[in-house]
Amino acid sequence: MKRLIPFLVFALLVGLFGFGIWWNSWHDARYVPSPLIDKPAPDFALPKLDAPEQTVSKASLLGKPYLINVFASWCVACAEEHPVLMADGRRLGIALVGYDYKDVPDDARRWLREHGSPYDLVIADQPGRTAIDFGVYGAPESFLIDAKGVIRYKHIGPLTPEVIARELQPAIDAVKREAP
Amino acid sequence: MSGVAEPRRSAPCARPGSSRKAFRAQGALLQVLFVALLAFAGHAFAASGAIEPLPFKDHAQEVRFQNLTKQLRCMVCQNENLADSNADLARDLRLEVFQLMQQGKSDDQIKQYLVDRYSDFVLYDPPLKPGTWLLWFGPLAILLAGGAVVTVAIRRRNRGGGTIDNDKPADGGQAGNEPADMGDDW
Repeated sequence: MKRLIPFLVFALLVGLFGFGIWWNSWHDARYVPSPLIDKPAPDFALPKLDAPEQTVSKASLLGKPYLINVFASWCVACAEEHPVLMADGRRLGIALVGYDYKDVPDDARRWLREHGSPYDLVIADQPGRTAIDFGVYGAPESFLIDAKGVIRYKHIGPLTPEVIARELQPAIDAVKREAP
Repeated sequence: MSGVAEPRRSAPCARPGSSRKAFRAQGALLQVLFVALLAFAGHAFAASGAIEPLPFKDHAQEVRFQNLTKQLRCMVCQNENLADSNADLARDLRLEVFQLMQQGKSDDQIKQYLVDRYSDFVLYDPPLKPGTWLLWFGPLAILLAGGAVVTVAIRRRNRGGGTIDNDKPADGGQAGNEPADMGDDW
């Protein structure tokens, strides 16, 4: 038995090494859990993309849950995500707020004209200042905000049908049960 | 590939527009070439936009800014710090840090401001808290465990030697016995 100990320690180290390889081969090193989950969404007041003279604020959106989807016309992954939102956006049963991030308004408008808009409302953050409050570090990102203005779920990267079915839809259902 | 895009960057490299003439000039001497290369390098550096001038109050503030942004991670290019990163978001965050400094916020307040938005991950130096105990004390624990194993092994071996020595009655009270006495503590 005693002679087995060095071998067991060796096997343990091999196991640890194997775990490291396995873990790094599938988990997304870029994924950083947001510290904002279950915290009130930051206050914001941003112009509408189509009518810059009108401002949309957090207060004006209170009362109903909604999904903020950060996108930009320059963002390649957003174009990847876009057809998913076009196909499944309506079925989410929740207002979709497009958040145009660090974009030229004309480019964004053209992009939405060409690809179609899955959004009920689009707000524009050209300087990207408000996005810092939301902890945005890359587009696309999606924030589920409940009727009380609390961030309940965040997804970084393109929404896919799998992510929607596995994570987003259950989160939306939970939020809607609280405030129909 | 992860599908997360980063904000548009400015072109990191510049085109050698003005220096082309220098290459074409007859009898282009090494000196001319050297000067042209210098000009090109300067141009490329300016175009990279990595360091945009910020209106610092004095040198001390600039040093403090540089020191602080070196301790913060760029969330887009995660192995770069805020001071070095050329990403668009890093530029925005540098400006944010600068403005917070102007408002008289301390380094800790500025770090907390970013941690509230981007989590502890923005700090290159992870904070000490229950969630990071394994990270901070893990290596020490492994070192202590290894040391304990080595100590036990050595003492056992010495005690083994001691018993052999004890087999010879004439050796009693000499060097060979001392480790055996120490071994009794175990």
